[in-house]
Amino acid sequence: MPFPVHILNASSLPLAELESVAETIRQLLGLSVSVAQYRLELERAFDSSRVQYNSSVLIAHILSTITSSEKQKLITIVDVDLYIPVLTFVYGEAQLDGTAAVVSTHRLANEFYGVEENRSLLLERLTKELVHELGHTFGLFHCKQFECVMRASTYVEEIDLKKMTLCEECARRLFEKIHN
Amino acid sequence: MNEHIALLIVDDEQIVRDSLTKWFREDGYIVGAAANAAEALRLMQEQRWHIILLDIKMPGMDGMELQQRIRDIDAHAIIIFITAHASVDTAVQALKCGAFDYITKPIDPDHLSHLVSNAIKQRALAMENLKLKEQVVEFSKPDEIIGDSSQIKKVFEMIKTVAGTDTTVMIRGESGTGKELIARAIHANSQRRYFPIVTINCGALPEGVLESELFGHERGAFTGAQYRRKGKLELADGGTLFLDEVGNIDMKTQMDLLRVIETKQFTRVGGNETIKVDFRIICATNKDLELAVKEGTFREDFYYRLNVFTVSIPPLRERKSDIPLLVNYFVNKHKRAMGKDISSVSPEAMDILVQYDWPGNVRELENAMERAMVVGKSCAITPADLPFQLSERNNEPQSGSLADMEKRHIARVLEEQRWNITHSAEVLQIDRVTLYNKIAKYGFRKP
Repeated sequence: MPFPVHILNASSLPLAELESVAETIRQLLGLSVSVAQYRLELERAFDSSRVQYNSSVLIAHILSTITSSEKQKLITIVDVDLYIPVLTFVYGEAQLDGTAAVVSTHRLANEFYGVEENRSLLLERLTKELVHELGHTFGLFHCKQFECVMRASTYVEEIDLKKMTLCEECARRLFEKIHN
Repeated sequence: MNEHIALLIVDDEQIVRDSLTKWFREDGYIVGAAANAAEALRLMQEQRWHIILLDIKMPGMDGMELQQRIRDIDAHAIIIFITAHASVDTAVQALKCGAFDYITKPIDPDHLSHLVSNAIKQRALAMENLKLKEQVVEFSKPDEIIGDSSQIKKVFEMIKTVAGTDTTVMIRGESGTGKELIARAIHANSQRRYFPIVTINCGALPEGVLESELFGHERGAFTGAQYRRKGKLELADGGTLFLDEVGNIDMKTQMDLLRVIETKQFTRVGGNETIKVDFRIICATNKDLELAVKEGTFREDFYYRLNVFTVSIPPLRERKSDIPLLVNYFVNKHKRAMGKDISSVSPEAMDILVQYDWPGNVRELENAMERAMVVGKSCAITPADLPFQLSERNNEPQSGSLADMEKRHIARVLEEQRWNITHSAEVLQIDRVTLYNKIAKYGFRKP
């Protein structure tokens, strides 16, 4: 099976719940997906002035600690607030056409917005963002199609509006990337 | 997808360049990054950037100064300033400079997405508008081509028809009919009007000089060529090349020009560099080129390449109804220039002007009117102010066969004597029966 996906859990979410997320991704992308607990040294990415974690630093750290090949994808789940230097926040970051990505549940959870907790909604949003960042690691750009999972989202409501699936064009590109 | 949109990030902080590059690459943009003004200007020369994110504070040339230089290279690039500390002053200054907007670090991802998306829409609209303006060529009648006759109206129609196309035009007409004015009118109403119209009088330059005038030359190409010089072909790039008196071009230059027309490229005299050009050709001639082709002095292939669309300007004697309009136009033109108080032409003077055949065409008429304005003393031009040969020549039999001359002379006498046969016969010094015979022979009818 080409491009096995390894979901590395560095968040407080239980592995059991992530197994169901992995299964969904497995079915969506047709790739083998594994889930494992992962200890990530978050401190090195912490910016005390912003009280946020630099996602680029985290990706660099993951790549330095895990032996990876170009033929696999590593996607790490964290629950801290992520940023890249010029942006106020990001839900996640990926190496475009690369190996690693990171996704945070911090701003995906209802509690962040002062709304009642909704676990299934959180997992749904997380799944969409995992597929989205994985798409970037396969070289997919943001998509203009309203419901495509590769559409850029800067509000959590926008994540809720899009589907978990790829549009026809993005699916075709992903298929070509996996099989060529 | 944004794969065709090129976005340039100019910021001295590498982390900002890297972050934004990554962010926009995910969005599918073609992304470039520059750490300073020099690098940005170099990248600007290499390719077109549709959107430029420009940091205001940079060592050396700051963003405000750099955007002026960018504008010189590409007036349509959309500039969005990036600033670490926004203030009202910064915002006002940025927008006064013509920036699309400004954004403050750290950038809100939603704000950035919307800003760039709006910038793209605005640029697309601006470019569409520009394209439409280029396409919609409103025909404007050239001010200096005066006339209301059916013949000149036909010429206007032809200019209107051909101006919007890129077709090669050959303007034919006698000397002084205004061939260059027609060429300028076609250019002024064409899509190339924002580029120059370069005129070269092929008849005025000796062989060899014409070649250098057209193609330019490299330094040292011949004695006296101390500097590299661009030729008219290069100067006309994007616009129109008007070859006046094209019938006078020597055979070798005809062949060279034909090659340029076919390949759109040439080399300067004494040079090796291939120069690509794009211009429209309009040419003019008063020669019988068909005869020149038959006689072997004009290349047939060159003739067919030039003679795609012909505009023929009628001589002034064939559109006499335009003479009063032209006369009044020249009176007003020279009145202003000379500051004289002459504003009309007496009916007698106008009659002479209309009757004259004007072998030198409009140019001769203008010269005559200029002279009349100089010598005129009253508030109207009188016959006395007109050049002597005008009224004299009208009274002289005109050239042609003897029968033609007789016909014209009898017609004029009959008109002058108001068809009084007795008086006309006396003036002509022939008897009345002979005059009746002549009237019958020439088919004259009493008006």
